[in-house]
Amino acid sequence: MMKGLKKWRLVTLLAALTIILSGCGEEYLSTLLPAGEVGQDQFFLLILTTSIMILVMAVVFTIYFIALAKFRRSKLGDNHIPKQVEGSHKLEFIWTAIPILLVIIMAVPTVYYTYKLGDVAAMEATDEEGNPENLVVNVTAKLYWWEFEYPEHGIVTSQELVVPTGEKVYFNLISSDVKHSFWIPAVGGKLDTNVENVNKFYLTFDKESKGLEDGVFYGKCAELCGPSHALMDFKVKSMNREDFDNWVAAMKETEGATASADSADAGEAAFANSCLYCHAVSAVGTSGASAPNLATFGDRNRVAGFLEHDKQNTIDWIKDPQKYKPGNLMPAFDSLSDEDLDAIADYLLELKVEE
Amino acid sequence: MTTVANSVEQKKGFGATLWDWLTTVDHKKIGILYLIGGGFFFVLGGIEALMIRLQLLIPNNDFVSAGFFNELITMHGTTMIFLAAMPLLFGFMNFIMPLQIGARDVAFPFINSLGFWMFFLGGLFLNLSWFLDAAPDAGWTSYASLSIASPGHGIDFYAIGLQIAGAGTLMGGINFLITIINMRAPGMTYMRMPLFTWTTFIASALILFAFPPLTIGLFFLTFDRMFGANFFDHTMGGNTIIWEHIFWIFGHPEVYILILPAFGIFSEIFSTFSRKRLFGYSAMVFATVLIGFLGFMVWAHHMFTVGLGPTANAIFAVATMAIAVPTGVKIFNWLLTIWGGSIKITTPMLYALGFIPSFVMGGVTGVQQGAAPLDYQLHDSYFIVAHFHYVIVGGVVLGILAATHYWWPKMFGTMLSEKLGKVTFWFFFIGFHMTFFLQHFLGLMGMPRRVWTFMDGQGWNLFNAISTVGAILMGIATIVLIINIIITTAKNERIGNDPWEDGRTLEWAIPSPPPFYNFAQTPLVRGLDTYWIEKQEGHNGYTAAEPVTDIHMPNGSIIPFFMTLGLFIAGFGAMYRIEHSWGLAVLIFGLAFTFLMMAIRSVKDDLGFYVTKEQIRRMERGRN
Repeated sequence: MMKGLKKWRLVTLLAALTIILSGCGEEYLSTLLPAGEVGQDQFFLLILTTSIMILVMAVVFTIYFIALAKFRRSKLGDNHIPKQVEGSHKLEFIWTAIPILLVIIMAVPTVYYTYKLGDVAAMEATDEEGNPENLVVNVTAKLYWWEFEYPEHGIVTSQELVVPTGEKVYFNLISSDVKHSFWIPAVGGKLDTNVENVNKFYLTFDKESKGLEDGVFYGKCAELCGPSHALMDFKVKSMNREDFDNWVAAMKETEGATASADSADAGEAAFANSCLYCHAVSAVGTSGASAPNLATFGDRNRVAGFLEHDKQNTIDWIKDPQKYKPGNLMPAFDSLSDEDLDAIADYLLELKVEE
Repeated sequence: MTTVANSVEQKKGFGATLWDWLTTVDHKKIGILYLIGGGFFFVLGGIEALMIRLQLLIPNNDFVSAGFFNELITMHGTTMIFLAAMPLLFGFMNFIMPLQIGARDVAFPFINSLGFWMFFLGGLFLNLSWFLDAAPDAGWTSYASLSIASPGHGIDFYAIGLQIAGAGTLMGGINFLITIINMRAPGMTYMRMPLFTWTTFIASALILFAFPPLTIGLFFLTFDRMFGANFFDHTMGGNTIIWEHIFWIFGHPEVYILILPAFGIFSEIFSTFSRKRLFGYSAMVFATVLIGFLGFMVWAHHMFTVGLGPTANAIFAVATMAIAVPTGVKIFNWLLTIWGGSIKITTPMLYALGFIPSFVMGGVTGVQQGAAPLDYQLHDSYFIVAHFHYVIVGGVVLGILAATHYWWPKMFGTMLSEKLGKVTFWFFFIGFHMTFFLQHFLGLMGMPRRVWTFMDGQGWNLFNAISTVGAILMGIATIVLIINIIITTAKNERIGNDPWEDGRTLEWAIPSPPPFYNFAQTPLVRGLDTYWIEKQEGHNGYTAAEPVTDIHMPNGSIIPFFMTLGLFIAGFGAMYRIEHSWGLAVLIFGLAFTFLMMAIRSVKDDLGFYVTKEQIRRMERGRN
């Protein structure tokens, strides 16, 4: 009996440990491992409020368990009639005043950070030559993909956000169909993409994404937007300013790129016939496309934001997008021959701007 | 005379029984109807919850499809809030509150019946969507851009079903308010009312102010979807954020409409099974009023990430945190009620004791989410799912289960098995914490809510699997409860007026179940915990405020059911009007039928009947 009990205890302990150790989540996704100042501010509030709340819970649970142990009828006898206490003004005062103090302790940093994180005044700031001082990204959320426009540079990309580290990156957020919400958990809190107005906020990326497991941070849609809400992921590549500038330059070089139906490359020709109507292959442009820009398809980490990035998934996706992301707006291209699909996938995987 | 004879227990055929329940205006029978209706929807919502958890058991699961999953989450939330939790609480309010204040019925028995049938047929209408088209799929919040874009009739079922059910709730709330204001027995001053009556009073006041915004929002939605209006179409000058405001101006008080009655239930139970007067009664009443009031001041904390700007966010953040203060007052008063008492751990008390730690945990995460910048991370993640289930399951559902065991003997004259009750509790309590505790961490680890599936490799697998096992334990608990009810009903061992032996309030001074007229003589209330005072002075029963006189009682009526039926039919007409030519005719017919019933009600005088002194004496003797 005792032995069984001991073993049981060990199992419980191990189980508890596993839970605690896995409790922080993955570095590229967890709010508990913040990789930017905004996320760190929010994490600070989490720790502050959690500490105060654990204190409150400790007081409540202590009184609760002592009362439960001391005042049992089984101990006091069935005939015991307790004194009918009306209450106590002193106690009422104490447990009103102390919580008010605790609330104030939490309210002050809350208000401070609300204004701090809501401050987008620097968004429009320009230097003497009239160039914007800060990077601004226009994000458009669509069923079920993300478009990222860099108005200063005249480039646009989709599904994978590329940002420099160590500086504030400002975002203009809007949705073009139904409401979504833009969230990069490891970097900072979310902001909704409403249909009727542009929302603005900033994030800072302190860590380069290169060292992460997949080389990217995970981004999520956080507002129910239809059947494939769960699959509306995007990825974030953060890199130092130099790499970022190189990336921008490489993006600009795709200006005028297009696919030709007469191309000797069977993939390019098939793409031009079937895909080019919706999908651009030049990264130079503005937001507002009806389908994701594919100029950087080969650089991507995932097909459609969530599938393993390989040729087979690319082919499967083109054949039957509804199977993988129900409710998305891309029609099925199951009429394409296997050779064409194969060639298109090869062509797409070669569309790169990064080394 | 025949009516009186019918009311005295005797064998009746199935048809007569059915007719009796369809036409009843007795607050006790309507209370039981609410429990049956609410219980049915509770099981339905529970099955939906289990399917949700089974889908999320493992990554990349395909137990249900993406679209069906959204229908499940929408119907789970809508059903549990509107069709399970609220009606179940209404059941107890209906049955118990008039007894606690020494009344013979609610102020408007006819309206009471109408309120029930509107809830039930509205709920039925909503659930018929499973069979007739597709269920609503835009979440229980039904945010406008998505709900306007949603194809099919799902959202139409949501808008019309909730409109009908919500109108019933509004009627019920007004009825309770007027009952408590006007029908208290002599001596039952406001500050002598049991806490459950107080919380019913405040919750009803919240219903009065919170449901009209919902009604308006649902009409906007109905007109946008079915009659070509553009309230929420921004391309036509509409605005979707308006829906969010309207919904949460209703939605946040709704949380308090649910939790305040649960607070009342626990206040009764703590006091009864500690054999001690509720500590700080007046502070408890004041805290209830304050929570109700502040409940209207914080709706925008559901919208911190909508982009309202830092000033709005800061104001609503601080207001939200302020609610922690009166809630804390309540927790400490409960603790001081059991402190120094004589605690007997019965099944209801077990639920009350389980409620304290569960609800405190739900409360503190609420304060955390009140910190707006932190909420940018927590909002719409699994953290919030954990939070509101801690509040609603750990508060409201534990309250409903506690009340079920506590008042069952009063309502049905027989005790639920204590042993099975405790089995139910432990399965439910452990299952509940297992399901929802780890969801806090899932949210912090980046898992958004309302996701149909999740990819492998995000560190969420283990916690989701544990969560699903917990849900199954809660399912087992519910099955044990149903078995308990069946066994108890089959055995039918009769019990006396005060089966817990520690009853403090008026309902324990009369027979279980109470006679249809409740009190043979109107009671005289001499203080808080009337029945306790009487017992301490060695009396059995209550002090009467009047001699035995004839009692005026209302007649039953089928009109409330027919009025609702008309609206139910009209709902289908409104919905199918666009694609079927018969739609308009059905809409007009349904509304006309309802108006006809209203006209009959207005024109036909129904003055009720009298139970004579002799009949009362005979019945009272037969009992003793």
